[in-house]
Amino acid sequence: MEFDPFLLARLQFAANISFHILFPTITIGLCWVLFYFRLRYTLSGDKAWEYAYFFWVKIFALSFALGVVSGITMSFQFGTNWPGFMERAGNIAGPLLGYEVLTAFFLEASFLGIMLFGKDRVSNRMHMIATALVAVGTSFSAFWILSLNSWMQTPAGYRIEEGVFFVESWWAVIFNPSFPYRFAHMLNASLLTAAFLIMGVSAWRALKQVDGPATWKVMRTGAVMAAVLAPLQVWIGDMHGLNTLEHQPAKIAAMEGIWETERNAPLTLFGFPDEEARTTHMAIKVPGMASLILTHEWDGELKGLNEFEGAHPPVAPVFWSFRIMVGVGMLMVLVGWWALWRLFRSREDSSANHPWLLRALSVMTFSGWVAVLAGWYVTEIGRQPWIVDGLLKTAEVVADHSSATVAGTLFGYVLLYAFLLVSYIAALRYLATKPARSLSLLPQQQLMNAERLEGDA
Amino acid sequence: MDLGYWLPLFFAGAMGLALLIYVVLDGYDLGIGMLLPFASDQEKDVMVAAIGPFWDANETWIVLGVGILLIAFPQAHGIVLTSLYLPVTIMLMGLILRGVSFDFRVKAGDQHKAMWNRLFAIGSLVASVCQGWMLGAYVTGLTGDTTSTLFAVLIGLALPALYIMLGAAWLLIKTEGELFHKAARWGRLAVWPMGAFLLLVSIATPLVSETIADKWFTLPNAIGLMPIPIATGLAYAGLIWIFNSRQILDNGYGWLAFLALIVICVLASIGLAYSLFPDVVLGRLSIWDAASATESLLFTFWGAVIALPMILAYTVFIYRVFRGKATHLSYE
Ligand code: HDD
Ligand code: HEM
Ligand code: HEM
Repeated sequence: MEFDPFLLARLQFAANISFHILFPTITIGLCWVLFYFRLRYTLSGDKAWEYAYFFWVKIFALSFALGVVSGITMSFQFGTNWPGFMERAGNIAGPLLGYEVLTAFFLEASFLGIMLFGKDRVSNRMHMIATALVAVGTSFSAFWILSLNSWMQTPAGYRIEEGVFFVESWWAVIFNPSFPYRFAHMLNASLLTAAFLIMGVSAWRALKQVDGPATWKVMRTGAVMAAVLAPLQVWIGDMHGLNTLEHQPAKIAAMEGIWETERNAPLTLFGFPDEEARTTHMAIKVPGMASLILTHEWDGELKGLNEFEGAHPPVAPVFWSFRIMVGVGMLMVLVGWWALWRLFRSREDSSANHPWLLRALSVMTFSGWVAVLAGWYVTEIGRQPWIVDGLLKTAEVVADHSSATVAGTLFGYVLLYAFLLVSYIAALRYLATKPARSLSLLPQQQLMNAERLEGDA
Repeated sequence: MDLGYWLPLFFAGAMGLALLIYVVLDGYDLGIGMLLPFASDQEKDVMVAAIGPFWDANETWIVLGVGILLIAFPQAHGIVLTSLYLPVTIMLMGLILRGVSFDFRVKAGDQHKAMWNRLFAIGSLVASVCQGWMLGAYVTGLTGDTTSTLFAVLIGLALPALYIMLGAAWLLIKTEGELFHKAARWGRLAVWPMGAFLLLVSIATPLVSETIADKWFTLPNAIGLMPIPIATGLAYAGLIWIFNSRQILDNGYGWLAFLALIVICVLASIGLAYSLFPDVVLGRLSIWDAASATESLLFTFWGAVIALPMILAYTVFIYRVFRGKATHLSYE
């Protein structure tokens, strides 16, 4: 079977970015959590918080390493697979990516060394500052890359001369219409992912009877985060949707599976969109709800897919991804509140006391990943067939490699990623099931250095 | 002042500098990766400790290098990276394997440690060979003909030798005892292939490209350029001497070897820059043809002017914090 190289290039990009985003999603949120652990330890002197820091910094380091190496792949991808994008939009995309390298990548990569290995080489204050700087770096990184991505969704502040984009106003480019929503939604998504990760692993430890005092403190931290941030995410998501309706109505139509333009449009909870027949089979609908949610009015008008004949995204993947994201979001709200209620009401920290909650939490360990990937698929597939919405088609910028080349490298990447993902989760399990007392509290290096100092003196 | 003239020049310089820093910094940690199979288990831990706090930032320099290519010369970015599609992809896979092995080897449980050590070495070797391959193909103008392929193979072998030397020299700074002497032995062995390759590459470059030959061998230039090969030769002789002198090594001047290698890398880059200038894709695209719009360059320029000194400052700070011999460091 002969594959279309264009399709393969898209698949390859999708595979690479999907693998990459798993790790930033964890590191962006987890780093702020680590900073919090560090701060609690410094303020209270309670060793449990220090223990929590050293336990989680290992998982952070592993995730970070995976994030860095897969990110390096991303920065080459624009050139290897989408050379036309840089030739046409380089004047805008280039500086945004450049600022990411200059303000974020070096900051996080450099201070990571101190964060991981510097505990005994710098003062407590400097170590805290290093942790904070890494956290700031990861958030800056998200700022710039999301600014670029949002610009591709809702371009602003540009002019086009002979097919090439030029900048009219940097302010308008960076703070383009969808950027504030996307940035808030993504940062919050990272914090939520981290919250469910730390709760899930802690719950697993409790179930395996290897928990210590830190385990439950960490679980409570996660519960508070989830209980507050999950509803917040629903609200931000709603605002994000309103913004998308204004700028990318075809995407909303695909998300909601709306075929005909109508007022008082019903909300489709479930169904099978069929692009050939241009209808949604077996749809379960709530009358008027879609209009209410998206326009905040009962009889608000929603444009249907038939208005964008030939220029709307594939419907089914967008429709389904959206439902998965929202479904996980709702689940997060419920589980977050449940965890908060159970953990703060009961004083006895044992797995016998919370059998069902702990199981639910450990099942939800990677729920953030599911929602984040689903959300990005909505966003990115929903932008098709455009790479810069309404202005530049994806098909115009693809590199002309033979399909054999792209298929071969795609195969290589997928194998490698599958192997790494399995290893990552296995390593997490291995770390999570180590009994608390077998882990020394401090990095060994500190002990060795202490010995050395004695020797020197 | 004509910004349309100066800004591309500035960015070409910055790109060259970023890649030079990358070669030196990531060179030593890739080199140590390739040396790993020759060390005992305990020594392996120390070797990894010697690069642990630095490797991530080291690798960021290639992101900056490629970033500048993309920011400042988007036209060239497409040509270069699509022509180098295969070596780039394989290099990335090597870098991925190696970068994650650092962490997995101490976190995935002892029963898997040997596998991650092996992947670490393999990834380092693959990445180094591919970088040489890319450099070779790039210097010959990305034509993809037989000469250029042969040349790419040659540099594909030369660069790992250089990286191994950098790795050995870094270990002289960072280790002591048995491992220190091993590193000196590795250096004494690797210095010969490195020298041979250096020589071969210098002979081959003018042979594969007439443009480059003209630049080096026409008369007034040829004399003006003599200091470059002479200084390189001297630095190389110094390198051999350092690695063979017990006195220098035992008295703690091993870092001189690293210095000599830096000198060689700097001189080689100057030579290379001179050969290529003013093209960003040899014989096809000059830096001015490939440059992006002046207003975009200017916007990035201000960012770079503010950020680069800060980056340099905290890089120095990090190296100061972790100065001295590496101890057995692990996350646990
Ligand atoms: C919302 C966040 C986000 C998104 C959408 C992306 N990244 Fe990323 N990236 C990060 C957030 C991040 C981060 C948090 O800054 C990382 C992840 C973990 C890490 O170590 O840094 C990172 C690492 C990282 C690195 C390595 C940096 C280093 O050497 O330290 C590169 C080169 C890229 N990314 C490039 C990209 C590109 C070209 C993307 C898009 C096409 C992209 N990233 C999407
Ligand atoms: C981080 C999470 C992201 C995920 C999971 C993601 C996912 C995807 C997917 C699935 C596609 C293929 C869509 C299709 O062809 O049908 C795609 C395409 C693409 N995305 Fe993203 N994306 C993400 C972020 C970004 C960012 C931050 C950028 C740029 C700044 C970006 C730029 C692109 C480009 C250039 C393409 C290729 C052209 C295309 O097919 O539209 N993506 N992405
Ligand atoms: C239940 C409430 C939620 C709603 C109403 C909602 C809404 C949306 C909408 C409308 C988009 C597409 C925006 C566009 O492309 O124009 C989106 C994207 C996204 N969602 Fe959600 N979302 C919800 C929950 C979540 C949760 C729980 C997570 C993750 C933990 C999440 C993560 C994302 C991500 C990563 C994206 C892609 C980036 C972006 O465009 O912001 N969402 N969301």
